[in-house]
Amino acid sequence: MSTTQANALDMEQLFEVRRVLSPDGTLVGPEPDLTPDQLKDVYRWMVYLRVFDQRSLNLSRQGRMGTFAPFGGQEACQVGSAYWLAKGKDWIFPTYRDHGAMQVLGVPTKNIMRYYMGDEQGSKAPEGVNAFPISIPIATQLVHAVGAAWAAKIKKEDTVTVGYAGDGGTSPGDFHEALNFAAVYNTATVFFIQNNRYAISTPNAKQFKTKTIAQRSLAYDIPGVRVDGQDVLAVLQVMKEAVDRARSGGGPTLVEALTFRYGPHTTPDDPKKYRTQEELEEWQAKDPIERLRKYLVSKGIWSDADEQAVYDWAKETVNAAVEAAEAEPRPSVDAMFDYLYEKPTPELERQREYLKAYLAKKSQGEAKTHG
Amino acid sequence: MAKLTLIQAINDGLKVAMRRDPNVLIMGEDVGINGGVFRATEGIHAEFGADRAIDVPLAESGFVGAAMGMAIYGLKPVVEIQFDGFLAPAHEHLVNQIARIRNRSRGRWHVPMVLRIPSWGGIKALEHHSESIENWYVNNPGLKIVAPSNPYDAKGLLLAAIEDPDPVLFMEPKRLYRSFRAEVPEGYYTVELGKAAIAREGTDVTILTYGVHVHTALEAAEKAAAEHGWQAEVVDLRSLNPLDLDTIIASVKKTRRAVVVSEAPRTGGFHSELVALINDHALEYLEAPVARVTGFDVPMPYLLSEDFFLPDAGRVLEAIESVKTY
Repeated sequence: MSTTQANALDMEQLFEVRRVLSPDGTLVGPEPDLTPDQLKDVYRWMVYLRVFDQRSLNLSRQGRMGTFAPFGGQEACQVGSAYWLAKGKDWIFPTYRDHGAMQVLGVPTKNIMRYYMGDEQGSKAPEGVNAFPISIPIATQLVHAVGAAWAAKIKKEDTVTVGYAGDGGTSPGDFHEALNFAAVYNTATVFFIQNNRYAISTPNAKQFKTKTIAQRSLAYDIPGVRVDGQDVLAVLQVMKEAVDRARSGGGPTLVEALTFRYGPHTTPDDPKKYRTQEELEEWQAKDPIERLRKYLVSKGIWSDADEQAVYDWAKETVNAAVEAAEAEPRPSVDAMFDYLYEKPTPELERQREYLKAYLAKKSQGEAKTHG
Repeated sequence: MAKLTLIQAINDGLKVAMRRDPNVLIMGEDVGINGGVFRATEGIHAEFGADRAIDVPLAESGFVGAAMGMAIYGLKPVVEIQFDGFLAPAHEHLVNQIARIRNRSRGRWHVPMVLRIPSWGGIKALEHHSESIENWYVNNPGLKIVAPSNPYDAKGLLLAAIEDPDPVLFMEPKRLYRSFRAEVPEGYYTVELGKAAIAREGTDVTILTYGVHVHTALEAAEKAAAEHGWQAEVVDLRSLNPLDLDTIIASVKKTRRAVVVSEAPRTGGFHSELVALINDHALEYLEAPVARVTGFDVPMPYLLSEDFFLPDAGRVLEAIESVKTY
């Protein structure tokens, strides 16, 4: 086949969007292989993350947190991408918008809040939780995900890693390098790309010419799949296949989840400048939480009382996390110097001593002023 | 003890490290079957196999980033950057990620990896093959920078760098790879990172330098002794970060005069930091301003003009004369 013929293929058809539930909650795909308890657990996670996300954005707007990157609207992607991973074994390499997936893997909500409040301690995942610190530089984390899976392969361990990126994250060279390395060395890496249509303000059309991101998998000779990112059951299904394939030695998969962030890129951003209200409403009509709720109700496993209870629980739990995060002491001067190397260099010790002496003098001066 | 060239000492050091610790591996462009373009990794693929002598796709950002992924997973990658100038694509991973992971994860993860970088000019190579990358990274917290000047130190510092739990840029003076032999012990030994060596004792002036220009300084010191009867003390820094400030300052206080030598471009160089440190810690001892012998603020020229750029013994001698006759 010549490239001219290949270019004539309909990539949107070739990479058909996988879907299990229609926006009104009716089954349009294969019945999910999930128990009622699992279905409810997935639902609770999405509700919890939305409550967390909205509360965090409010804290940021009130100045009680620094700049925050909300994922509201992308809850199905956040939960579905991490749900099947083996805690204590598998790894995720998240972006600044994947702190929902980090929580699903076991990072405490308080940590995420401390991170956005400006405390490095927030990036320290608890032992046994392999959620790498958030990566702000775009697509860099994808090659780290490949490296960790490569190391696992060398050590003959069946660990799976998931590298996260957005649609803009497919543009830097690291996206290509990661996919190429993973393909060449057949690493157990799932590339989970949340295509939420806009890289801050730049739409897909100005980011890449291809109709889909998934079709790029063809160039690396690895499986690629598009999935409705507002349909958590479809995301779960696609990720189960990809994770199982990776774990059993089948190599990497490129997943493109079609989704939308309801809110700003980060706190100071105003999405009205580059998106229409109609587009937002069109996506809100496909809401992932509402969609699963309707399905649960139709199966007869979810009541109004359950709904009330889950929101009450989510709000209480998030409130407790806010209290805990705000009760944390400020980082110490020592913490700024202690963690750069295993043992601070002599020059760092000199700088630490200088700063401490200066701060002591400054606080004495302040005490005098007030006295 | 065997007499080895610097490149043989590095090859030996890699093999010793890999026999000692199954988590140590080498990776880079053409480091496997080919043994590296300088032959630093010769025989490693045959002895340790393809899983521990990894030929990577030609993409420094990708393989340096992937090496970081390996390091956080518990391996110890020793990555060969084929030539100094090719480190540029990996810059993002070095400054934004590798240097910061221990700090930003508050110690949950760290990056025990070594980047071996054939460095500096003097071999009449093509452009982008002769860079002074220490100046790209010495002001970037989180990266250690080591620069041996002889075969013994090359092996001992390499083994120390591999043992170190933090990322190390290991700058190899490619001009010295095969220029002379020296005695190198068999088996395992380390040279502590952050300890300078007195390459030549003297009382009249201190020359601070590292890597290839330790030899330029020694040559100039001999000329100063022969022509003027002055005894120059040559301090081989061996490690730029951590830096052995105590040895530097002790020597400067003793000789009361100092010359710093490096072939990096003049402005904002590590050599300038040395002057600032002497200013901070020994200004009142100085009999003359500290002199700098450096490269120029131009890109490393093509091979026909290379000698204009590189410090030589004559320029160092002139600097010695300037501080002695100030």
